Amino acid sequence: MDILEIFANVGFWAATLRIASPLIFATLGELICERAGVLNLGIEGIMTMGAMAGWMWVYQGGDLWGGVLFAACVGGAFGLLHAIFTVYFGLSQHVVGIGITLLASSLSFFLFRMILPAATTPPKITAFQVYEVPYLSDIPFIGQAFFTQTPLTYFALAIVPVVWYGLYRTPVGLAVRMAGENPAAVEAQGIDVLAVRSGAVVVGSGFMAVGGAFLTMSAFDAFYFGMVNGRGWICIALVIFASWRPMKALLGALLFAGLDALQVRAQQISGVVIPYQFFLMLPYLLSIVAMIFLSRSATYPKALLVPFRRGERI
Amino acid sequence: MRFEPREHVSVLAAVVAPVAGVAAALLLCSGLILWTGESVGEAYWLLLKGAFGTKFALTETLSRATPLILTGLAAAVAFRAKFWNIGAEGQLYCGALAVTWLGTGMITLHPVLMIPLLFLVGALGGGAALLVPVILKNRLKVDEVVTTLLLNFVILLLVSYLLEGPWKDPMLMGWPQAAPIIDEGVLPQLVAKTRLHLGLIVAVAAALIVWLVMTFTVWGYEIRAVGHNAAAAAFSGIKINRTIIRTALLSGGLAGMAGVTEVAGLKGYLTLDLSPGFGYAGIAVAMLAQLHPLGILASALFLSAIYVGADSMSRGVNIPTYIADVLVATSMLAVVLSVMLARFRIRFS
Amino acid sequence: MAVLEIVGVTKRFGSLLANDGITLSLAEGEILALLGENGAGKTTLMNILFGHYTADEGHINVGGETLTPGSPDAAIAAGIGMVHQHFTLADNLSVLENVILGRESLWSWRQDKARGRDHILTMARDFGLEVDPDALISELSLGERQRVEILKALYGDAQVLILDEPTAVLTPQETDSLFETLRRLVGQGRSVVIISHKLHEILSVSDRVAVLRRGAIVGTVKTHEADRDSLAELMVGRSVVRPKAEPMAPGEEVLRLDKVSLGAAKLDGIELSVRAHEIVGIAGVAGNGQADLASVISGLARPSSGRITLFGEGPVQLTPEGVVAAGVGRIPEDRNAIGVIGAMTVWENLSSEDIRRPPASRGGFLLDKPAARARAGELIEAYDVRCKGPDAETGLLSGGNIQKLILARALSREPKLILANQPVRGLDEGAIAYVHERLLAARSRGAGILLITEDLDELLALADRVAVMYRGRLTESYAVGDVTVPELGLMMAGQKLAGARHAV
Repeated sequence: MDILEIFANVGFWAATLRIASPLIFATLGELICERAGVLNLGIEGIMTMGAMAGWMWVYQGGDLWGGVLFAACVGGAFGLLHAIFTVYFGLSQHVVGIGITLLASSLSFFLFRMILPAATTPPKITAFQVYEVPYLSDIPFIGQAFFTQTPLTYFALAIVPVVWYGLYRTPVGLAVRMAGENPAAVEAQGIDVLAVRSGAVVVGSGFMAVGGAFLTMSAFDAFYFGMVNGRGWICIALVIFASWRPMKALLGALLFAGLDALQVRAQQISGVVIPYQFFLMLPYLLSIVAMIFLSRSATYPKALLVPFRRGERI
Repeated sequence: MRFEPREHVSVLAAVVAPVAGVAAALLLCSGLILWTGESVGEAYWLLLKGAFGTKFALTETLSRATPLILTGLAAAVAFRAKFWNIGAEGQLYCGALAVTWLGTGMITLHPVLMIPLLFLVGALGGGAALLVPVILKNRLKVDEVVTTLLLNFVILLLVSYLLEGPWKDPMLMGWPQAAPIIDEGVLPQLVAKTRLHLGLIVAVAAALIVWLVMTFTVWGYEIRAVGHNAAAAAFSGIKINRTIIRTALLSGGLAGMAGVTEVAGLKGYLTLDLSPGFGYAGIAVAMLAQLHPLGILASALFLSAIYVGADSMSRGVNIPTYIADVLVATSMLAVVLSVMLARFRIRFS
Repeated sequence: MAVLEIVGVTKRFGSLLANDGITLSLAEGEILALLGENGAGKTTLMNILFGHYTADEGHINVGGETLTPGSPDAAIAAGIGMVHQHFTLADNLSVLENVILGRESLWSWRQDKARGRDHILTMARDFGLEVDPDALISELSLGERQRVEILKALYGDAQVLILDEPTAVLTPQETDSLFETLRRLVGQGRSVVIISHKLHEILSVSDRVAVLRRGAIVGTVKTHEADRDSLAELMVGRSVVRPKAEPMAPGEEVLRLDKVSLGAAKLDGIELSVRAHEIVGIAGVAGNGQADLASVISGLARPSSGRITLFGEGPVQLTPEGVVAAGVGRIPEDRNAIGVIGAMTVWENLSSEDIRRPPASRGGFLLDKPAARARAGELIEAYDVRCKGPDAETGLLSGGNIQKLILARALSREPKLILANQPVRGLDEGAIAYVHERLLAARSRGAGILLITEDLDELLALADRVAVMYRGRLTESYAVGDVTVPELGLMMAGQKLAGARHAV
């Protein structure tokens, strides 16, 4: 099988969509936080916690969508913690973010171990099953690739235009965007800046956790330590790639997932000649390359990383 | 809610604040311990005993503190200049790679020469790993948080490739591990029959040197100035780029030296699990010490005690060892908050 | 009928008493001017009115009802609109988005942009504030941005409009146009409060003047009963004498710029000459290249073409440390952002330009703290920097004292060329007089001074020659006695002067 045959293979495209789904959620989540002016470096930990929380909900007997909701709530709770420290107390977003990642990851491992101490191989749940969209999934090639996915993937795709609408066509979205550009302007219009920023961080963190939950409830069906594996950090690069725009975030996630799916299949072709580690490096290296090309011209939200302090001598 | 800077922050407050933060963290984690059904008192007692109770335990704690001191210094030096180096983990492994490359038989010198050479090479390896993110930041404005983080994964994969391939020790059947460091390069033991090695002395010396440089030299002044206000520093003639590069090389070098202590001191050879997250823990070490080089000696010891103690504790009571990481993360957040409260007064209106 | 009543408002920031028992009322259809020097408490009072701050004592009545304190939302609902000194606009968003923010409930699912657009265009037409609703703020000039800021304040049908130092960024002609708009507004029955420290503007547009000094109202007069001198005396509390430059013969050239350009359009073919014993003033509305000119001379930006001659040697490449070593003193525009490092101590900031030289360091490597602190102590004395000592944290000093620190650093080595960029912005009269005295003293000693300022009064009082910056270009320079304020205003708006002029 050569490179071109990979593209002709239905499985490649289906895998692309599947790999992209957690990235879509997490990138949108980080995008919302950064649009409001807050860099959320807790993303890696929140995704891990979301993966564990959603899975555990189902393992303990709950239903799948309930698990997704639970994961979102847990993510939102960590987002609230982040917001209290960075938005209300104005502490360093870099330091607090790393702290939240460390806390959420370690807490998820701790709780998992505590609830399931004896497991040598991680137990499994019945994850989201593939749902064949009626009629559409019968279309040759496209049907198999795009309309034979799990419901959580369809949800990911559907949520992109919702986030776009929310940011660009609603008053609260305007407030969020303004909070990331000039919080004094938001204050001057009588809106509570701290509440808007915190709300954005909570919602964004919820999205991130759902991205993590996808890994344990849709892509796989068990929780492994280290399964997030840097995906959260990659999403931070993807947000810059997307110029903080939801539609471009979808494009970035798909592109990246495509390259990742390609890398997996390319390993099979030349696995003997080129060691697999170099293929695994590609996603991270490509993210760095993307950042190199885009950082110069990137228009960051003007007030990103700048805390807003109410009532200080203006 | 408004924050007013307190006019006077006593030294006492500056020391009490982190201690208060740690105490709060211990309190919060005792809640977790209660949830597991174990006794809080017994758990913390076992933790303390596991870290300091016997001579062996003490040497374990000190040897575990060695790389933490170095990665803590690495984070502190970088963060002082507001250069967010989150890649200490990868830089540590680069130092380990450099030392493995040079110290497994390529050249042989007397230990008095060999050991400093290994540290130098390890520091260069760590510094080199940070060079790319630094240049990208300076020239192309690429955010260093993401580049340093992602490079960690790349470097770890590189190590994996080397250990499974060209550097695999042919003497061992199948286990991915590099050839051992030659005898002349192994760091001597400080206490017989323990794992405590010369690396501790090197780490403490490094902390002293970093403190001297930061407090008494022009370099230290420039690093602090750039970290506080780069625009004002540039205005007064400080060369920002040069300062950041110097800081990055110093930071990466310190992390690389941590790799040396683990390969040439603790283990004797390079393995994939050389570092259980020392690079990331270094950030916690630095924050707990408020980026003060001498304070890092204390906070590294504290973190090391928690890790070593938790290992031992988990054998006595039914609490997962991850409690240590939870405790460290909680401490970090609590201290960041308590230090801020020591410097600012809250006014409610 | 009083449309607004401020009763006994008091406000403290730590140990600073910013407002002291202020009682003031505003009638319908009136333009009230709030006059006071920098630091008198005018902006604080208006921020309390608008809800950015909460008063410690006192209350405010709007239309007879007590205003909920500390809430801009309540102020807007009560019909108060504020045009801030530093515009509250987001550069990357459009005019429309900036104006309609917060006008609809945050819980609503839809945004009515069409209605917003109509309302803006109607208001723009009614008040002569033309603007394109879909333009991004970053594409607008400062004057146009102010129009957006005013539209924002009026959008909610504000009955009371507060303007905080509105003319700082306008040419004299634009100022007239603004005052015309204000008269139209009060003609409709609205009321206006205008904060300013510029006496001639207040005299021309207001009906009444309330004068603030050190946080308290010291007098309220009808404008037609007041004049410059009486207002000035009320404002400062004593006869105000700002130093004026005495004529002096210029010496050798210390700085020359020949066809200096920067970037695509930042600076375009600048020709400039400064001689010893003279002050060259650069006028112009903010944003026309003054900051870039200052950057080039400070050594922070390298010009893309042209030739710079410094102290007779040229062409030279300027760098910050090179410029300092050669004997140039620089007073930057924004003292807090780039002038000092707030988190560092006074001695560290005083030594910042000389950190690699004695006495601050030995061998350029080791810091010599005792020597540096001793020198700082001398400078603190000599330049009257009020602080707790060389180890005080610089950020805790007042604006005036920070500026004196910067003066000490810039002037103590007796530089032959001084770059002073907005040197008295935000300072009270006492500090302003001090800074001007020091600059004039340096000029007497033989320094050449390049003074960049938006304040035409300062310019005319100090400069020997004047040139105007517009869109990156510098006009030829004129002797200060040869141009009038309206002519300067025209040049600031980009027009060339008709007729022969005695260019120097």
